[in-house]
Order: sequence, then C-alpha cells, then structure tokens
Amino acid sequence: MYAFEFERPKTVEDAVAALKSDEAQALGGGQTLIPTLKSRLAAPAKLVSLQGIDTMKFVKAEGGVLSVGGGTPHAVVAAEAAKSYPGLAALAGNIGDPSVRNKGTVGGSLANNDPSACYPSAALASGATIVTDHREIAADDFFDGLFTTALEEGEIITEVRFPIPEAANYQKFEQPASRFALVGVFVAKFSDGVRVAVTGASGDGVFRWTEAEEALSKSFTPEALKELTVDDSDMIEDLHGSAAYRAHLVKVMTGRAVAAAG
Amino acid sequence: MPKDGQIGPATKRREDVRFLTGKGRYTDDINLRGQAHAYFLRSQVAHGKINGIDTAAAAAMPGVIRIFTGKDFEGIGGLPCGWQVTDKHGKPMLEPGHPVLAQGKVRHVGDPIAVVVAETEAQARDAAEAIEVDLEELPAVMDMKAAVQGGTLVHDDIGSNLCYDWGFVEENKAAVDEAFAKAHHVTTLELVNQRLVANPMEPRVAVGDYDQTMDHHTLYTTSQNPHVIRLLMGAFVLGIPEHKLRVVAPDVGGGFGSKIFHYAEEAFVTFAAKAINRPVKWTSSRSEAFMSDAHGRDHVSKIELALDAEGHFQALRTETYANMGAYLSTFAPSVPTWLHGTLMAGNYKTPLIYVNVKAVFTNTVPVDAYRGAGRPEATYQLERVVDKAAREMGIDPIELRRKNFVTEFPYATPVAVEYDTGDYVATMDKLEEMADIKGFPARLEASKKKGKLRGLGINCYIEACGIAPSHLVGQLGARAGLYESATVRVNATGSISVMTGSHSHGQGHETAFPQVVADMIGIDASQIEIVHGDTANTPMGMGTYGSRSLAVGGSAIVRATNKIISKAKKIAAHLLEASEGDIELKDGKFSVAGTDKSVDWAGVTLAAYVPHNYPLESLEPGLEETAFYDPANFTYPSGAYACEVEVDPETGKVTIESFAAADDFGNIVNPMIVDGQVHGGIGQGIGQALLENTVYDENGQLLSASYMDYAMPRANDVPFYKVDHSCQTPCTHNPLGVKGCGEAGAIGTPPAVVNAVLDALNRAGHDVAHIDMPMSPARVWAAMQK
Repeated sequence: MYAFEFERPKTVEDAVAALKSDEAQALGGGQTLIPTLKSRLAAPAKLVSLQGIDTMKFVKAEGGVLSVGGGTPHAVVAAEAAKSYPGLAALAGNIGDPSVRNKGTVGGSLANNDPSACYPSAALASGATIVTDHREIAADDFFDGLFTTALEEGEIITEVRFPIPEAANYQKFEQPASRFALVGVFVAKFSDGVRVAVTGASGDGVFRWTEAEEALSKSFTPEALKELTVDDSDMIEDLHGSAAYRAHLVKVMTGRAVAAAG
Repeated sequence: MPKDGQIGPATKRREDVRFLTGKGRYTDDINLRGQAHAYFLRSQVAHGKINGIDTAAAAAMPGVIRIFTGKDFEGIGGLPCGWQVTDKHGKPMLEPGHPVLAQGKVRHVGDPIAVVVAETEAQARDAAEAIEVDLEELPAVMDMKAAVQGGTLVHDDIGSNLCYDWGFVEENKAAVDEAFAKAHHVTTLELVNQRLVANPMEPRVAVGDYDQTMDHHTLYTTSQNPHVIRLLMGAFVLGIPEHKLRVVAPDVGGGFGSKIFHYAEEAFVTFAAKAINRPVKWTSSRSEAFMSDAHGRDHVSKIELALDAEGHFQALRTETYANMGAYLSTFAPSVPTWLHGTLMAGNYKTPLIYVNVKAVFTNTVPVDAYRGAGRPEATYQLERVVDKAAREMGIDPIELRRKNFVTEFPYATPVAVEYDTGDYVATMDKLEEMADIKGFPARLEASKKKGKLRGLGINCYIEACGIAPSHLVGQLGARAGLYESATVRVNATGSISVMTGSHSHGQGHETAFPQVVADMIGIDASQIEIVHGDTANTPMGMGTYGSRSLAVGGSAIVRATNKIISKAKKIAAHLLEASEGDIELKDGKFSVAGTDKSVDWAGVTLAAYVPHNYPLESLEPGLEETAFYDPANFTYPSGAYACEVEVDPETGKVTIESFAAADDFGNIVNPMIVDGQVHGGIGQGIGQALLENTVYDENGQLLSASYMDYAMPRANDVPFYKVDHSCQTPCTHNPLGVKGCGEAGAIGTPPAVVNAVLDALNRAGHDVAHIDMPMSPARVWAAMQK
C-alpha cells in the first residue's frame, strides 16, 4: 500500500467536495479497493471514506420500490429486504463471506462494476434507478463494460431504487477459487414483462438476455427457454471455463432462476 | 487399559491450547532490537538476461540501509541440491547452479534479482520499485516435451533442459517390453498430475541475526528441519561452521513439504545481518509465496498395464516427464525417482515393472516434495490405469484389485523395495463394510431421482514412509543421512525433557511423543515436555517429512528412554539393595520381583542427581541419554479408499457425497491425531482432485497467482469423512510397530475421487476414459459434450 491522505466526511456534500481534490478516490466498504491498494495496483492521493455518511445507509420499501442507501452493507440488505424483495435479499446474503457482506456496500459494488459481481445483475434485471449526488441514472444506461459505468469523476451513488418484481430469483454458479459468479443470472418478472440480467459471463460485463426476456414474458417457465441458444462470441474464456461453457451456463442458470422464482 | 496420556488413547493435543488461543509463537512474531526489513525485487518475466541493475536512485530513498544484488553473492555458494540421481546410462544428473540472487539471468517469475534492506518494510518496497533493471526478455521454456528436444535453454552452461533420463529398473526393460508384446490385454492411459502450490497457512518468514562480538549467527525460519538448514546453509552456501550458526524454527504453521527446503531468503537474511551488522527480517506475502515457495507434483505421464485374460497384472510400464522448474530445489531429483518409481507396484503383485522418468528444466518455480511427494503421483497413475482396465475388461474394480493383491509378506517388489507387513484384503474388507458398497445401487437410484449422476470410486494405496534407511538412500544418491535423534533428559524430581530432532508443525508431537515416554515409564504424560525446533538445544536430527516423525524420531525416543530405564534400574537396584536383574518397572515404580520392596520414579531420579546413596564407583550420576535411530527399512502404510460423488449433468459440478478411508498404519499412539492427519490429507487430496491448479501461460506468467484463481478446498467442498485404522499390521522393524500416517490421505484420495467421477459419467452413458485434475465443472461438462 502506498501512503495516502484519508478523509471521512459525514455528509454527501462534504464527500463530494473532498473528492474534487487531485487523484481522490471514494472508498465504500473497501472489499475491492483495499486489496487493490495492498497490491499496490492503485495509488490514490486521497481516500474519501463514505462510511461516515449515515444518510446513505438505509433499506426501505415503499410504493412497490425498494430503496437502498448507497452505503448499505450487503448483510443489512439481506436482513431488511428479506420480506419486501426476497430475490434481492437472497443475492445480497450470498455475496462473498460474512466479512465481505458486513463491509461491502451496494453503492461500492455498482460503482466498481466488476464483471463477476452479483449486484449489477440485480440492478439491471430490476430496472433499478441509480441515484447519485446530483442525478438519477437508469440501470440500462449505467453499466458500460468492465469496471466502467456512467458515473463521472467524483460522483457518488447515494441510493439505489429497485422496482419490486412480482417474482424474482438469482442463480449464481460460483467460480471455484474466488466464488465470484462464473455465471450469475437474475430473473425478474414484472406485470409488464420479464427482465433477465447476466453477470460473470460476458467480456462486456453485465448484460440483458433479451431473447430470454421475450420468451419468458410469453411463458414464465424454464421450458420457454428450450429453443434458445446463447451466443458465446463475447463470453469470457479463462482458466475456469470456456466461452462455450459460460454460454451454456447462462441458459442453465436462467432456467433454474425461473424455476426457483416460480 | 492404557491411561490417558499413554500409548493408545485419544489424548487431547496440549499444543492446541496455545494455537487456538492465538498464543503460538511464530517466526513473524520474532522482532529483534534494531531489526531492518528486507524486500525482494523479483522477476516479473519468466526468462531474461540481466544487462544491468541501477540501484542509485533506490539507494537514495528514505530509510534504505543497503541494496544487495547478485554481485554481492559472487563467489558465494549457491543453494545446494541434496540428492543426486544417476540416469539410465549411469551418468549423474545435470546440476545447474542455484544462486541466492540472480547472476546475469532470471529463470522464473519470482526469481529474486535484488534485495532492499531498509528501516521499514514499506520503505524497502518503495525503494525496490525505484531499482532499474535492464532486462532483455528471452523466450520462456514451458512445455516439457518440447524442452527436451532442444531450442532455448533454461541453463546455457549445462547444455540441455533434460536434467536426467532415469530408467528403473533398466535391466528389466526388455522383459517388460516382451510381456507387453505377449499380453492378452493392454490398458494405456495418459495423464497429468497437475502442479500444486502447498499454501501452508503461515507463509515463509526468515530473520537473520548476527552477534559481532562472538562472530555468531542465528537464523529464525519457518522450517520443517532446522538442522538440515543449518547444515546446508552453513556448509554449502555461507561457509559458517555449526558452532557459529544456530537455526531456530519455532511454531510453524504448516509446511506440507514446502518448508523442508533451503531457500534463498534464509541465506540472504543470514548473510545480510552480518553485512549490515543488524538483524534482518523478511516476511513473505501470500502473493510472494505463490511464486517463491517450491511447488509440488507437475508430472505428465503415460502408463500401460498388461493383463492376462483373467485380469492378472502381467507388466507395468510408465513414462513420465517431471517438471523440475528453473532450478533444482533441495530434494527435487528424488521425488519423481526414488519416491515414485519404487512405489509403482502399489498393492499388487505385478511381476514386471519399468519406470522411465525424464526430469526437465523449465522457466517455472522449482518443484519439490509436497505432501506425499512422488507417492501420490505413482498411486494416481497406477490406480487410474487399474480402474480403466477394469472398465475395459468388464471386471468389477474391487474384484480386479483383490485378484492382484499382494497377500504374502514380506514381499519383494520388482522395484527395489520390500514390504514388511500389510493386509490388503483386510483393509478392503473393512472399506466395503464402512462404505456400504452393497448399498450403492440404492443410492445410485436416489441420485437419479434427483437428476444427478452418481459414481463410486475405489482406490488402494501403498506408501513408503518412515524415511529413510541411510545406507539405502546413500546408494540411491541422497547426500544426507535420514536417521533421527533424541535426548531424554530426566530432571532431578522426575520430570522429563525430550529433545527431538523431529519438528512439529501441526503433527502433534508435543502430545504424541510424551505418550510414548509416559507409557514406557508409567508416569503421567504431564511430567514430560518436548523440546524441538532449535539447533542450540536439540541433537542433530533430520526433521519432519515423509511421515517419519513417529516411526523414526519416535524410535529414537524409545531407544533413549530404554537407556534411561536401564540406568534407572541400576540405581533402583542399588537403592533397594537388590540385583539389577530382579528390578521391575511398572506404573512408575521400581520394585524387586517377588517382594514388596520398591522405590518410585522420583526417588530414583533424585538419587541420580543427589547421589548421596549411589554406586558412584560403577555408575555416573545424572540421568540423561541420547540415541540415534536409523531405520532398517521404509515403513509401508497402506489402505483402501472409497468415494461417492454426484455430478450435476447440466453444469458438470461434482459434489462429494461420501468418503471412506480404511488405513493400516500399524500401531497407533494417538487415534485422534491420526484421524486429524487423515482428514487433512483427504481434504488436500480432494483439493487436488477437484479444485487446485497452478496454471502458467505460454510466456511463463503465473495465471493462478492468488486465491482469486487458485482454488483451495474449503469446508463445504468436503463431506464428513468415515475413517478407520483398526486394520493394523505392525511394522516389523521399528520398536513401536508404527508406520506413519501424515501423507496417506493426500496419496489415497485423488484417484478415488477421479475414479468416482468417471464411474458416474460412464454409468450415465458418457464414454469418457479420463479427465485430468482438477475435475472442475468446466472440464467435466466439456467431457460430457463429446
């Protein structure tokens, strides 16, 4: 780890101001950033911790929308969203290990946009709105490829609003070493249609499997996927699985998510 | 019934109190006054020529005390290799130099180029980043079969990448070939025993200290064998005589073989402490461990088994490419040869065996012994080919094994070893009962109903432990003796300190060894302490590896304790005014046979040190004895394992549903410790079978260089094991009748798991002959698509 300055503001406004300084970097739960710093793969001049901002830690369900503060740890979402949005709560409760779940935050996960992270699939499948310190971004416009998002320099995710579907489920097939998603599929069934978002598989990060959405909107059953195939040309190929394997798993996990969502 | 603390009961491990409460004292807990910190600048390329190293900018950085490069080690010995293998033409192996710091060339990612010693570790690391290395990258030698054909050389000065081409037994080759030509059936299998990283919980640490006033060095290090390190480093690297060099290996958090070897970092901190006249400490990060700890396995093999029409094994032939990595690690040459070829007979009376091993240099981290060392590689090949033969010939795999079991002992194999005892039929009987083999069809049906493919895998193993008879290994090329030592120091009040050359880094010596002594004398085990891990206060011993500590180290303790008892009886005879021959020792009391006259243990020990009433004219006072024990033969633990798996046909994911291990370890001192050793070994075996893999790309970059990509087995990857060691055929040639249990699980498990997965696939109609480990979901799925 290289030396850096450290600030822990108590308000979003102070955090935004702090992040305006040169090479400042926001720190959420630090579950990716701290190991990155330890490996000396990043050298921010200043870390601005968002953990002191109490207004960014909440879970509330109102009017068919689950709102989660950007600084809310996964474990809190797992516990507090269990009744209102069980599909999302189950996803949050199965990220990493207890240490990760009690430190890592939804805002941090979405801002980092790791191609194997769980949360981006939930945000995209739910059609969530990502609320920042100065605007609202639709999930469909937010994810922009590996580790890249629509966020501007110094912009902070203060809240994520998940429309609550009629039924939803997340199926994660774990990469054996990291236990990140080798392929993770979040299926959300709304009254006006089904959304399917896939993480872990694509070299472009989280994506919507639109053919499956169409088929499942007509018939929300695993059988509806039977004739579909997943194009493997953009899939990740690494020592844990070929592109063809990942493409295959997308279909299998989608089917399982549909079956589990009922 | 033996009492708790004597031989037999599951006495709780006394060392666990400190380990489980965070009170262990590990090398990294040692911080000396004035200590400086070393940071190793390591090669990021697999192969390159160093044209120059500019340390000027780095040297001017804050806190930097001194920067060392290969130049500082010119004329200083390299790291020695402790075993010389002779090839099939009678020529010695090629033995390249292994410098402490790179001399003109780097040969693997992680090869140390320079070391910064600074006031803090962070300062050392900052400065290391400012060192400019003019490095000309060379093509990386990665593929073993291509490497021996010529092309780029890892070591220009030895003229070849082929370390040795070993034939065993070369004289048998013609007869083996002839048997194959005439065989009714030949089963052939090509397989890879993948490269593993040992990953002990505690990474390596070394602290060097130098006392200028006494010209005396101390090295604190994470070692399985401090005396071996003292000998290798003192005599062959730095030229320091034993009395000027103390090596201490305090609590060590696991080794699995990787802490046997003498490493550059140990020599460096010892050297640097004198050079700057301050203590120097180095602590490995986990990332550094991946590219600097010796790796294990990495064999590419072809094995052929010739059978007659009834399934009797006629002959066995193997060809193995064994990766040595970039340099010869301490015992690397012995692993694919004498620890591998000699085990190829397994539990079977195959009359003709020929083993060929080509050891190859590549631009990778050196490979050496890892839990089992050569024996897992032998067992894996043999038990996989036996299973394949069973499938090809339509014979039940248990029946085929039983048909070929060695049943009469001693048994001289065609590969130079003689099994003293064993009962392979009994362990298989026990296994069939424990694993409820008869109930498998019902479980198969239950799995089918869940949509899962179920398979049953069987494996037998034999290992050569209790390493090793010095006269024999000397003939085989070992440059060290492999005896063990013990000093039993009885104190005046009867308490005992046992100084052992064995080293405990998880094996429970502090509990098990006192059980042996307590049993022999009949006193409470709490009166006995074990001292180990410090060359200053233990007799020269060879350390702990190869499941040798109880069989060899324990035997030395028995021998020393027998000397103690013999002398104590003389003292007791004097005190009781009886003849020595009439003195009996029972439950810690010496009595005169047939009388009620007696003296207790403490009475005798006090007399030894307060010799007022003592036969001084014929007996020295004091009660302390040292013994060395050199085994007459290896020990041969054996066993039969059964694994049941379920395979998800949609994803290829394998789950282990049950695992049963019936082992014959001879006599057992502490069954709980044995259970723990077997559990750990099975866990590591499952890790190899399903999860672990060390992957380099074609340029020699280590792709699996962290836990993000190197999959270690975790609690939910393994089932609750059924283990049994009630089948006991005691070793015939050591006083305890023990065989060793540390490696069994790691040896016996991988083939059982792989056989089970292949059984599941084949039962489901997939014609899959083999899948290389790790049997990851992706690999199993791919195999099912064919």
